[in-house]
Amino acid sequence: MRPSTGAAAILVTLALAFLACFGDAHLSRERRADEVVAMRVMAAQLGLTDLALFTEARYTRHPSQADLNSAFQDHALALEHFPSGSLIPPRHERLVHKTETPD
Amino acid sequence: MNAWFTKQRRLIDFTLASLLRRKGRNLGLLAVYALLVFVLASAMLYAHALRREAAIILEGAPEVVLQRLVAGRHDLIPPGHLERIGRVRGVQEMRGRLWGYYYDPVVKANYTFLVPPDNGIAKGTLVVGPALARERGMSENTGISFRSYSGELFSFVVADVLPQASELASADLVLINEEDFRAFFAYPAGHYTDIALSVANPAEVRNIAIKLSKQLPDSRPILREEMQRTYASLFDWREGIMLALLSASILAFAILAWEKASGLSADEKREIGILKAIGWETGDVIKMKLWEGGLISLTAFLLGFVGAYLHVFKFGAPLFAPVLKGWAVLYPRFDLVPVIDGLQVATLFFFTVFPYMAAVLVPIWRAAVTDPDAVMRS
Repeated sequence: MRPSTGAAAILVTLALAFLACFGDAHLSRERRADEVVAMRVMAAQLGLTDLALFTEARYTRHPSQADLNSAFQDHALALEHFPSGSLIPPRHERLVHKTETPD
Repeated sequence: MNAWFTKQRRLIDFTLASLLRRKGRNLGLLAVYALLVFVLASAMLYAHALRREAAIILEGAPEVVLQRLVAGRHDLIPPGHLERIGRVRGVQEMRGRLWGYYYDPVVKANYTFLVPPDNGIAKGTLVVGPALARERGMSENTGISFRSYSGELFSFVVADVLPQASELASADLVLINEEDFRAFFAYPAGHYTDIALSVANPAEVRNIAIKLSKQLPDSRPILREEMQRTYASLFDWREGIMLALLSASILAFAILAWEKASGLSADEKREIGILKAIGWETGDVIKMKLWEGGLISLTAFLLGFVGAYLHVFKFGAPLFAPVLKGWAVLYPRFDLVPVIDGLQVATLFFFTVFPYMAAVLVPIWRAAVTDPDAVMRS
């Protein structure tokens, strides 16, 4: 077999696998549409405001409900002590400019 | 057309034979290149899928949540607040929400206790989130006791466990009856944690929030739009943090690729000289090297992307789990619904494949236009 034929076979296989990712994503979305709807309905019924990704502290469990200065909320000189805090940004300045009231 | 095709095929044959002569070096480059694409694509796919899940969950969030602040800190809503809000025009519906946190010393985890808006939980029973049920070994009709903050022991029966599919939003949730909630947390009668409002005209939400903060100066309205933005920026930030951590390896790869692609080895220079001496044109040499760059970068991109898709959506992104887990004991187990953003993939393709091919081109062109004799002697 010529090297170019082998290379073409590898590239075509990889390209098909690449396209299959898109196909699989589409099919999975269709297959799990009911699950997504059920989660949306449950979240709306319970009035949930946040994802349950980080449950260790109140400002990481509900970042959308936390104060703007949540890293320092425990006491005046408190430093951030949960690793998740470094993955959650302080709420953006854009919000401050849009919000009429101080937080 | 046929002649062109045959010529390109021969060029590819020659390129591959040349690549195979330096097998170890080129396979190493391909592996590092594919690994880089894999990590970048994994971060991208993961953050995008999470962003979408958050958007779906927050679609049904209350339009406005009104908190009360005392000395800059969140405080309970006292009786009478709801009546005062009732006088603000445009507020369609409002209800006091009851929720709070409970630290369970048994598993050293925090739970979120919540009274559902319809208070549809029977007294003495609980509906619990799937992660919590797993951690405490609970199922339907299991009994469980919690010691309240006042020291009193409260016993409940688990009426149901929330579906596993909703774990991303409900991992640590404990749904409880209103009366039980007030007794367990010794919540004063008529007080609420915060207030959820719905607004008749969605375009008026911001104006109503301004009216509310004027009428109740001690309150802080949080709009649904702000919650959605918080999550969008949270995942952008996380993706950014991952990319920042990866930047050292990206830089290392860039140096490796640049060195490999731009600095021709003596062998390669001699090869180009010989090819020119036996009659190859400059254009042919450049085409051959373009095929070399294209084959390596395209293979690496496809390998890396397919690997990233499998890693994130089929194996649950085990490489990112430690970054996500933080210090939480209760961590949701979730299968992200696959979603691929075509624009992001195109951007990744552009920034990984094209720079390499461009880096290949310049030194080859320089060597290819030089006199073969000079190239071979240098």
